[in-house]
Amino acid sequence: MRAAVITFPGSNCDRDLAVAMEAVFGRPVQRVWHQQAELPPLDVIGVPGGFSYGDYLRCGAMAARSPVMREVIRRAAEGVAVIGICNGFQILTEAGLLPGALVRNAGLKFVCRPVELEVATTASVFTKGYGLHERIVLPVAHHDGNYVIDTDGLKRLQDEDRVAFRYRDNPNGSTDDIAGVLGGPKRNVLGLMPHPERAIEPLLGGSDGRALFQSLLEAFG
Amino acid sequence: MTLAPASPEITPEIVAEHGLSPEEYERILAILGRAPNLVELGIFSVMWSEHCSYKSSRKHLSKFPTKAPWVVQGPGENAGVVDIGEGLVAVFKMESHNHPSFIEPYQGAATGVGGILRDVFTMGARPVALLDALRFGDPSHPKTRHLVHGVVAGIGGYGNCVGVPTVGGECTFHHAYNGNILVNVMCVGIARKDRVFYAKASGVGNPVVYVGAKTGRDGIHGATMASAEFSEATEAKRPTVQVGDPFTEKLLIEACLELMEKDCIVAIQDMGAAGLTSSSFEMADRGGAGIELDLDRVPLREAGMTPYEIMLSESQERMLMVLEEGREGEAMAVFRKWGLDCAVIGRVTDTGRMVLRWRGEVVANVPVAPVSGASPVYDRPSEPSPRRVPIAASDREAVLPHRQALLRLIGSPDLCSKRWIFEQYDHMVMGDTVQRPGGDAAVVRVHGTNRGLALATDCTPRYCQADPHMGGMQAVAESWRNLVATGARPLAITNCLNFGSPERPRIMGQLIGCIEGMAAACRALDYPVVSGNVSLYNETDGNAILPTPNVGGVGLIEDLGRMVGIAWQEPDLVLVLLGECLGWLGSSLYWQVILGRDDGAPPPVDLAAERRNGEFVLRQIAAGRVRACHDLSDGGLAVAVAEMCLASGMGAALHVPSDVPSTAGWLFGEDQGRYLLAVRDEDVRPLLQAAAEAGVLAREVGRTGGGALILRDEEPISLQELRAVHEGWLPGYMAAAAEV
Repeated sequence: MRAAVITFPGSNCDRDLAVAMEAVFGRPVQRVWHQQAELPPLDVIGVPGGFSYGDYLRCGAMAARSPVMREVIRRAAEGVAVIGICNGFQILTEAGLLPGALVRNAGLKFVCRPVELEVATTASVFTKGYGLHERIVLPVAHHDGNYVIDTDGLKRLQDEDRVAFRYRDNPNGSTDDIAGVLGGPKRNVLGLMPHPERAIEPLLGGSDGRALFQSLLEAFG
Repeated sequence: MTLAPASPEITPEIVAEHGLSPEEYERILAILGRAPNLVELGIFSVMWSEHCSYKSSRKHLSKFPTKAPWVVQGPGENAGVVDIGEGLVAVFKMESHNHPSFIEPYQGAATGVGGILRDVFTMGARPVALLDALRFGDPSHPKTRHLVHGVVAGIGGYGNCVGVPTVGGECTFHHAYNGNILVNVMCVGIARKDRVFYAKASGVGNPVVYVGAKTGRDGIHGATMASAEFSEATEAKRPTVQVGDPFTEKLLIEACLELMEKDCIVAIQDMGAAGLTSSSFEMADRGGAGIELDLDRVPLREAGMTPYEIMLSESQERMLMVLEEGREGEAMAVFRKWGLDCAVIGRVTDTGRMVLRWRGEVVANVPVAPVSGASPVYDRPSEPSPRRVPIAASDREAVLPHRQALLRLIGSPDLCSKRWIFEQYDHMVMGDTVQRPGGDAAVVRVHGTNRGLALATDCTPRYCQADPHMGGMQAVAESWRNLVATGARPLAITNCLNFGSPERPRIMGQLIGCIEGMAAACRALDYPVVSGNVSLYNETDGNAILPTPNVGGVGLIEDLGRMVGIAWQEPDLVLVLLGECLGWLGSSLYWQVILGRDDGAPPPVDLAAERRNGEFVLRQIAAGRVRACHDLSDGGLAVAVAEMCLASGMGAALHVPSDVPSTAGWLFGEDQGRYLLAVRDEDVRPLLQAAAEAGVLAREVGRTGGGALILRDEEPISLQELRAVHEGWLPGYMAAAAEV
């Protein structure tokens, strides 16, 4: 398993994601600065949460155009597993790796709380460790997590079984209760608003996020 | 070297506009041996403001105990430092941002968060937790909703972006804050003990480096504003409120911490209140040095700024540091990587003077020590608050069935769930939040260890109003209890003393009473003060706030496996009440909410009993006998057990002993030094025996289980009803805002 986590100016879950990956993968995770235009051989690339560039333009819009993202886009096309969490999900949609967009929460307020999710597909390197329709609890913490997509795009996601997670009690107004979606040529790109890296041990309030990293470990060894 | 002439000429009116008294101006003339120019007058004005100089409180602040074997740095630096083992220290401080938050709640609160973060990371610590003690006016006051909305959004907007979890705090309401809300923010950071940075400028010739946001015209004379009373015309001061940029702050945190690894920083200080003036003077003063600054090199946001404006700007997200000579290049490389503005703007000298140059002229030349160290100290006249008579507990006061009284209390603005607030704060980022908001204290794990820091903010202003000395003691004692209830050993406190105008003897009496009460409790509990802040002149048109000395406590849990929360995980546990129950209702929340009265002496604090009971609780937790623990405070036993039921998702039955003089007093009395413990059957006897041996009063008062809270023989309160009432008030109140 060769994994890396990218840091943009304003990322603030980069350490959390690296710590969670290291805890489950059992080996060091590389930290990559956003200006790095080339990447070593990798199996998994993590695009972390936070407020890249302060979210002063659209969330994720600036980060999506940083040097490292050109390389991430290329690797994703080759089938490398790319996971974007929270701001990372926003960056992946802005980079065109995933369809749709994330706009202001329907309630207009930042929302930080554990939410119940349903695993909507197990057909991916990220979700095969869960049971289909399994209910899990992960925390959300975002101001702009309201997933929007046009009708055709939504139909395509549904037809291709690319909705990874759905909210049981939608906290932000997302279309079709979507909390995470899959993309990439081999279903190798995942974007999700909830934070699996914050749920990897009971002491922190839950460990339902662990199976996601465990799935990656099993896929790449 | 010629000094730019005083232009305009300094008149008594200009002196008064700068908040300086005629006597203080005389003092300036004596220090300089001449009249100051406007830049110099501005410098004296902010440095001698109440906010920066503590001139009314300093004499009394010296009464606080500040030492203990685990204290690494007490008051006088940017923040206090205590040893937490494994070669690490906790660095923490609390500060007010009251006046700006009232004028412009979003930016006022946001920049309050930014300022206290800088105080902590400037010492080399990575900030790991934020807490906020908020006091708003009466909910029915037309401004209150707007202020709650703005302050909460501002705290969230800043804290969420910088990625430091906001894990706790308080939020209460009282009409005395109608014209002066309180926004006190506490920040806690963790550093390596051998890598703590201080703000002492030294080394002649060493470069003085400016880093961070550019300097603009915002916040000029903020410190002076924070040192005056409000009036109807205060709205006009909106331009003196600074604007925050949490993104720049995040870059500043990362850049400073990265540079600190390189051992090239001699001294570092954030530019907070009074901006470049206070940071440069304080660094020079602490190091006994002089500084020369070239103001032409200060990065400016707008053209045409004068030296006066540059020195007094309170633009946010700026730091000043002294580097080792020749290491500038390394520092610049780090700042460039993070995209931050930086510039060498001066040098350290050995003249003991602050010399400011601008466009080829010296625009200020003043001795450092008299400006920062020898500011005026006032021994203002004081007058004690009138003594209040204790109120005898009596069942005659039970105007409502107790279950109704409990529901009303638990749904009241002060005791209702603050979920609407804390869900707007990212309280889990950094992946170490072990106890989230809503319990006695928040607990954050010390990253990479199995240790935890227990953190809480406390104060009961209505007690301080009723009896400043007792209220001061109670604030410290409650803080201590809240930490103990998690299994933490309380280490030290920071505080933020919020009062009205010190020029009124009654207010000065409150300040002195609270300080002396706090000091007594700190001494008795080995719980020293390591940092703090004073906010005076919290009054509008002569109406002062309740005396509010907020206490921010930090405790250490050495093994998180032994930590305790307020939720019990299992049914059929025995509830054991520790401490003496006299049924004290004077100045209680029951008195206020149920009976609409605010009279009576507050509950007395017995410091010896506090210590005895708290140490007993810690021993029982260490022995593994405690499944859940809650300290008893506002609303007494009934509210505590209700909060535990809600946190557990499981009910309990409480019985009332036949020998109590008043059932209302038993259920809702606010006697101090008490804890409610949930204990397994087999542990009850050893625990009660140990209590008897330790001289701690303990008795069984109930049992956990079921889906309802049962108070004696009254109709059960289902958890759904309890939860609906507890969760209902704040979202309902705030939703009504949208209709206005």
